[in-house]
Amino acid sequence: MPAFILLTVMTALRILGRNRLRAGLTMLGIVIGVGAVIAMVSIGQGARAAVQAQVASMGTNVIIIMPGSTTVSGVRGGQGGAVTLTVGDAADIKKRSPLLSDTGWAKRDVMQIVNGNRNWNGPVNGISPSYLTIRDWSFLSGGPFTQTDMESAARVALIGQTTLENLFDPGEEAIGATIRIKNVPFQVVGLLAPKGQSAQGSDQDDVIFIPFSTAERKVFGSQFLGSVGALFASTERIADLPEAVEQIREVLRSRHRLQSEQADDFTIRTQVDIGKVQEGTSQTLTIMLFAIASVSLLVGGIGIMNILLVSVTERTREIGVRMAVGAKRLHILSQFLIEAVTLSLFGGLIGVVVGIVGARLTTLIVGWPTIISFDSIVTAFLFSLAVGLFFGLYPANKAARLNPIEALRYE
Amino acid sequence: MCPLILCEDLWKIYRVGDVEVQALRGINLTIDRGEFVAVMGTSGSGKSTLMNILGCLDQPTRGRYRLNGLDVAEATRDLLAELRNRQIGFVFQNFNLIPRTSALENAQLPLFYRGVSIKEQRRQAAAALQRVGLAGREQHYPAQLSGGQQQRVAIARALVGTPSILFADEPTGNLDTASSREIMNILEQLNRDDGITIILVTHESDIAAYATRELVMKDGQVVQDTRRATHLSVMQ
Repeated sequence: MPAFILLTVMTALRILGRNRLRAGLTMLGIVIGVGAVIAMVSIGQGARAAVQAQVASMGTNVIIIMPGSTTVSGVRGGQGGAVTLTVGDAADIKKRSPLLSDTGWAKRDVMQIVNGNRNWNGPVNGISPSYLTIRDWSFLSGGPFTQTDMESAARVALIGQTTLENLFDPGEEAIGATIRIKNVPFQVVGLLAPKGQSAQGSDQDDVIFIPFSTAERKVFGSQFLGSVGALFASTERIADLPEAVEQIREVLRSRHRLQSEQADDFTIRTQVDIGKVQEGTSQTLTIMLFAIASVSLLVGGIGIMNILLVSVTERTREIGVRMAVGAKRLHILSQFLIEAVTLSLFGGLIGVVVGIVGARLTTLIVGWPTIISFDSIVTAFLFSLAVGLFFGLYPANKAARLNPIEALRYE
Repeated sequence: MCPLILCEDLWKIYRVGDVEVQALRGINLTIDRGEFVAVMGTSGSGKSTLMNILGCLDQPTRGRYRLNGLDVAEATRDLLAELRNRQIGFVFQNFNLIPRTSALENAQLPLFYRGVSIKEQRRQAAAALQRVGLAGREQHYPAQLSGGQQQRVAIARALVGTPSILFADEPTGNLDTASSREIMNILEQLNRDDGITIILVTHESDIAAYATRELVMKDGQVVQDTRRATHLSVMQ
């Protein structure tokens, strides 16, 4: 049997080699199908990895509480339009929700920042002491604010990578430099490690952090002292997030004196929710590409079946001769099945190459991240093998059932 | 010892639409090992049908056929294939070589289906080609060979499995006189020197003259059965 399989594979290769154009056209469907599968999976996995990185860049087990919208004479403002959250809320949440490991707050405004003859318009965030810990920010150089900075409303700033590039010449030392935010001089004490894009698509490194106290008193000029742009909290374990959210909601509703029929005047989201939304998008893409791949493989399989039926007819006499010298049904059946599988596996092989090239080009041209996984290549191969076997079975069986006498006499 | 071929009341009936065609009508026949039998008859006399049944390509409608003592009439398709592979060699009028496949590989074919190792297949096929005078042509494709040479490849293919019977169906039908004589000399030699039983179907009496026994068929029956003592070449 091994000699039989080896020689049959060789024969199949020779026959396919003789009709290269025909074989190539037959394989096209499989090539496209497998190529689509490989590209689809690598784009999907790339997207998932990017989402996971973005979600992870938010911090660890983070809960974000945003103010709700205001309604002035029936005109509703957007989310975060109301000034309903305060430093007091944060303190109370921390006190009354035992699941929370930390709470923090921030308030942001977009401002003009100047360094020498360079200037830049970017978001300035006044942050609480614990904010950097919750959001998992680390430093390239310098360090965080000290407790004294916070209490004394010191004019110190931490800058992100994008801000650095826009305010400083390449190679220029940022730590210790003085920049002006809304004409107030600040000393740069820390350079933040880059985080990249956020899950919403904004550049997280385009940022300046200053102590909340400084922001409130010296830069933003708040109407209400203690009002914040957003509250942040974190839990020890990811499983605690849903319960923590409920506790926070209860605390805030009672603090804001909301009646049971009134809607929340704030929005709570967790890292997990944000990740889910993003994964949903990439799933839609995956399903679409999977549909394309299935149709291509189906069409490819039908192509293989068609060409094999032609081949069986063309080689009827040969089949007759093979039967006359002692080929059993299984021999003829396996000969044509092996030809079908050779076709589909070759198509699969080319498809894998096309898929990898396609994924690389997607990264290069569209800029989407792609990850080529070994699993998807193995799966694609198994799929093309299955397509070859399935669609080869009918023509092969037809050949094996030929009557030797009629086959020998066939003109 | 039982005869090589034993037919008792062999019938083959085809049904073409509503018409019943009796291709063989009660054939009784015994052929011993080492015989060289020529089957003659006009077209439609049933000689091809008989040949197909004796060659295990087809099965009789009625009657008994024993090949080497084995009852073939009831055999399965795969058993028939096995019998063809081990006991029978075929030589056809139109050679029936597999195109664009070397002479050596054509000659290997029966061993290929017997599951012999590739090395052994090649060795025996090369020996068979040498036996029919085609040493050095192993890698030629059928299209690169003359008709006579193609038929010799076919004989090598029929021989390679050391069968007990060789069936030749109009083996010289597509050949010129010189090539025909060549082919018949090879067959005669195989019969005389190797003791291979040969059953030859022909309608040319000068080709039939190479045989030691002549059957004439008419309307599905054997109407004449003559034996000659010696080979033609010996007589000359």
